[in-house]
Amino acid sequence: MLEIKNVEKTFNPGTINEKKALNGINLHLNEGDFVTVIGGNGAGKSTMLNMIAGVYPVDCGNIIIDGVDVTKLPEYKRAKYLGRVFQDPMTGTAANMQIEENLALAARRGKARLLRMGINAKERKEYKELLKILDLGLEERLTAKVGLLSGGQRQAITLLMATLKKPKLLLLDEHTAALDPKTAKKVLDITEEIVSKNNLTTIMITHNMADAINVGNRLIMMNNGKIIFDVSGEEKKKLTTADLLEKFKISAGEALNNDRILLS
Amino acid sequence: MEILQQLFNALPGSVSQGLIWGIMAIGVYITYRVLDIADLTVDGSFATGGAVAVILILNGCNLWLAMILAFVAGLIAGAVTGLLHTLMGIPPILAGILTQLSLYSINLKIMGKANQSINVNQTDLLISLRWVKELALHNPLITVGIVTAVLIAVLYWFFGTEMGCALRATGANLNMSRAQGINTNLNKVLGIMLSNGLVAFSGAFLSQFQGFADVKMGQGAIVIGLAAVIIGEAIFGKIFKNFALKLLSVALGSIIYYIVVQAVITLGLDANLLKLLSAVIVAVFLAIPYWKRQYKEKHMIKARGGKENA
Repeated sequence: MLEIKNVEKTFNPGTINEKKALNGINLHLNEGDFVTVIGGNGAGKSTMLNMIAGVYPVDCGNIIIDGVDVTKLPEYKRAKYLGRVFQDPMTGTAANMQIEENLALAARRGKARLLRMGINAKERKEYKELLKILDLGLEERLTAKVGLLSGGQRQAITLLMATLKKPKLLLLDEHTAALDPKTAKKVLDITEEIVSKNNLTTIMITHNMADAINVGNRLIMMNNGKIIFDVSGEEKKKLTTADLLEKFKISAGEALNNDRILLS
Repeated sequence: MEILQQLFNALPGSVSQGLIWGIMAIGVYITYRVLDIADLTVDGSFATGGAVAVILILNGCNLWLAMILAFVAGLIAGAVTGLLHTLMGIPPILAGILTQLSLYSINLKIMGKANQSINVNQTDLLISLRWVKELALHNPLITVGIVTAVLIAVLYWFFGTEMGCALRATGANLNMSRAQGINTNLNKVLGIMLSNGLVAFSGAFLSQFQGFADVKMGQGAIVIGLAAVIIGEAIFGKIFKNFALKLLSVALGSIIYYIVVQAVITLGLDANLLKLLSAVIVAVFLAIPYWKRQYKEKHMIKARGGKENA
């Protein structure tokens, strides 16, 4: 479903701030894979997702989604293959537009936007049902401005938007990091439910070690712009937090230096 | 009493002027509020609209066709600013200033001189200040009033379509828009074009209303447009939530602006000070939300500090 070949990216090349963010990334994802990504500060986790999404161009290498080489496509053209949820709850939704308008925008991802109505009655009914599943009481507030909602509610809506039109690949960039623990759990539960129901191929960056182990069927660890550890299936299920820290130390030659990491 | 009488006599004229500038202000609303870009092209494109309309009408063009072509001229001016911004990476304010400056030359070229009059006695016009108290279709109050209503209806429909929603999303959140497959650069260009089209259309009305087009007729237009947007929001913001009503409040804001201007002049203010006055009013209104926020923040800190100390 996703093929990343030898992707490299250096920020601010030739300056004092030169930073090699991705250092030859190779990754192959099968359909239905749910990969969790962990790593230290500046390991290149977010950069990898942004490269897949086309936020900035790669220096070299190729990114292939479902057989299509998207390496040269601009961000808005790649969007038709991707569902994305960001770390900041403000990023994924338009605050001064209504809940149903946000959803309707997402429902048209990858389609030409012409002079048909931006939302129709059939959709409204559909959205109401979908919002009911979230169990956040949003189904009665379809015309409320998204800006009035809490961070957790906004992330839940962003998640719905990302998956409203089934994406080839779902990219979650620490999407629960800005939420309080209870809300984070709720959003993660919703995530797992939506992913398994639609059998979505997913990459989820997280700073929560337990989540990284418990969620999904595969785990990769990054350091200095490289994937240093890749485990899946039974082997992943047996992992413990201590194993992960140990693995990191062996592969990276230093202790994991993520100042936000949660061990429990 | 005499002053009131004077003001009352001048009222139809200033309301007409307010209505005409209201269309321009709706254009400003599209860039300033919907797209979140302050576009200064309008000072030039307003005069472009007037110049195009006057020259076409003098050459025997159909009046409504002249209006439409003025609108198209505005679209082109907007496209230039949009491309300067998106294709060449120039900040929107600077892109607008560059287009505005170049339009000064272009407007001179269109008219062949700095000022071109159009005499209502010799040429048929859609509206004129002279007909402002007549009960007829060519009364500017009636014609421009109807046109404004139609424009608001069309814009309301447009911003509800998929294309219009994409434009609103672009103004609201660029990251989200791109993640949802919206070409944000294209939408910025479209929005700036639409805005300047309306501005030029308004300029085309004003040149007929006052009987001439002038290269300087758009000077400070952006400030008048902003004033109308801000006055409309300040007075009707609490009750007008619907998008069509918001556009209406902009048009009403423009009318109120011109009534106030008329009142101030009637009361004896030096007309030379008008632009200064407008700028001060706009500056103060732009500052109010910022001051409000600061006051709230300070207030909150105090409230919290108070609790901790207790």
